[in-house]
Amino acid sequence: MTEERLLALQEVSFAYEGEGGQKETVLNRINLDIHKGAFVSVLGHNGSGKSTLAKLMNALLLPKEGTVLVTGIDTRDGELIWEVRRHVGMVFQNPDNQIVGATVEDDVAFGLENMGTDPAEMRTRIRESLQAVGMEAHLYDQPHRLSGGQKQRVAIAGIMAMRPSVLILDEATAMLDPMGRREVLNLARRLNREEGITVVNITHFPEEAVFSDRVIVMRAGQVEWDGTAAEVFADPDRLQALGLDVPFAVRVRHALAAEGVSLPFILHQEELVEHLCKLLLKR
Amino acid sequence: MLQNIAIGQYVPGTSFLHRADPRSKMLFIILFAILVFLANNVITYAILIAFTVMTVMLSRLSLAYILKSLRPVWILVLFTVILHVLITKGGEVYFQWGWFSIEEKGVTQAIFISLRVSLLVLVSSLLTLTTSPIDLTEGLERLLGPFGRIGVPVHEIALMMSIALRFIPTLMEETDKIIKAQTARGANFTSGNLIRRAQNLIPIVIPLFISAFRRAEELALAMEARGYRGGVGRTRLRTLTMSWRDGSIALAACVLLLVIGWWRT
Ligand SMILES: Nc1ncnc2c1ncn2[C@@H]1O[C@H](COP(=O)(O)OP(=O)(O)O)[C@@H](O)[C@H]1O
Ligand SMILES: [Mg+2]
Repeated sequence: MTEERLLALQEVSFAYEGEGGQKETVLNRINLDIHKGAFVSVLGHNGSGKSTLAKLMNALLLPKEGTVLVTGIDTRDGELIWEVRRHVGMVFQNPDNQIVGATVEDDVAFGLENMGTDPAEMRTRIRESLQAVGMEAHLYDQPHRLSGGQKQRVAIAGIMAMRPSVLILDEATAMLDPMGRREVLNLARRLNREEGITVVNITHFPEEAVFSDRVIVMRAGQVEWDGTAAEVFADPDRLQALGLDVPFAVRVRHALAAEGVSLPFILHQEELVEHLCKLLLKR
Repeated sequence: MLQNIAIGQYVPGTSFLHRADPRSKMLFIILFAILVFLANNVITYAILIAFTVMTVMLSRLSLAYILKSLRPVWILVLFTVILHVLITKGGEVYFQWGWFSIEEKGVTQAIFISLRVSLLVLVSSLLTLTTSPIDLTEGLERLLGPFGRIGVPVHEIALMMSIALRFIPTLMEETDKIIKAQTARGANFTSGNLIRRAQNLIPIVIPLFISAFRRAEELALAMEARGYRGGVGRTRLRTLTMSWRDGSIALAACVLLLVIGWWRT
């Protein structure tokens, strides 16, 4: 196996049951493979089924049709559901509503306690994972004294302590200020690069997606588009037609092209600045 | 505005009492409550007062601070004193003015009752003053552990308590925010009669409830995502261990029991 398939969704459909028993299809025959070590971004309009997709990946929801495999384990296998949840950690949007412990230490311990980890081993892992997210100085702090970005980093530490394979961020940066957003995103990128954690970043901010290996665009319960960041952002009109934002650099390049100024394809703001400076020098 | 409702709130420290196991502190308080009701004369009360002063010293907290933090309780004590002096009759009459009299029984009763309440409150407040809420729930869970076998959901109760503790500051902040938001919309919480004021609380309570339910739902999901599956097979980060301190608390309890039993009439 050259590329290990960590998550595999095969013909997955899902519907929530309404009050009167009527079903509303939220996901429709999704096929996806996510490989080990990848950094994947998921974009999509509100209600396009991104959170549902995420919950299917760690057995919080089970598919109505099709199969979801996590490291080869079918999420429908009731015996191995805890193994699935250990493998696939999830960080949610609201930092206040996912911290269980009264102190940072207790919160990071929560998942380990659920797994039945030995207390001595727990302390080691808590220390290591808090170091990994740069929060080791806050071991005994109360969560409500932390900033939004710090809270999300604690939530990530709580997951890292469980030694997961995949980290899913379900709009984990949506409620943060720009600084908190950068903290969390940089951390996710570093964990991906240095610890080899596979990251699935569900986000509203296209700027976050430019760093990923792969961008998945969801629309009305289906994968509308699946490609590299360069491929997906090369067609800003199509993205905007889907009601999605485009990174600033891509927007500027596109607007300049309409004015007859052509630039090579760029994704990052720094590249844009560099190209514009070169252009200015050449004139 | 919501900060001053803390009675006997935890003060971190490293004193003898801070380091003692929460379980032995809790058990001791139960025994102390019995002793306080067994005491019935000057000597036994004197012993208990002396002992209480000693425990306060063991906590290394200033008595003045503790007394001040218990202010609402003293108002209650004062009220019972007045009530007893006025109502309880019997024995020598100290003062008489028409139907109004102060009599011996009333005065002694007032003194004893207020002593009982004060000693109990003082010693129990030492528990919360020297034990962090987390250790408190932890101790409670362990103490109630045996009841788990007869179907009491001990683990769930303890988890509920610790989650409540975790969310108190969050909900306080939220309440403050809602009050400010409603004030900005022209709500008035400080004037009008009692009924009017109670009505005015509705725009605070309803948003608070709605948000609390949403939080609970999201928290339950986050807990599940982190592999929570009830108390079975779960280990704990915090392990409580007894030390020589708890031995000496047990010894003190025995001595106190003997002494009070001997001197009471
Ligand atoms: N618990 C639920 N019960 C019923 N319908 C739901 C539930 N959660 C989400 N939905 C519906 O499913 C659709 C997709 O939701 P979701 O996966 O949360 O989308 P996204 O995360 O992309 O905004 C929406 O139309 C939403 O109304
Ligand atoms: Mg969502």
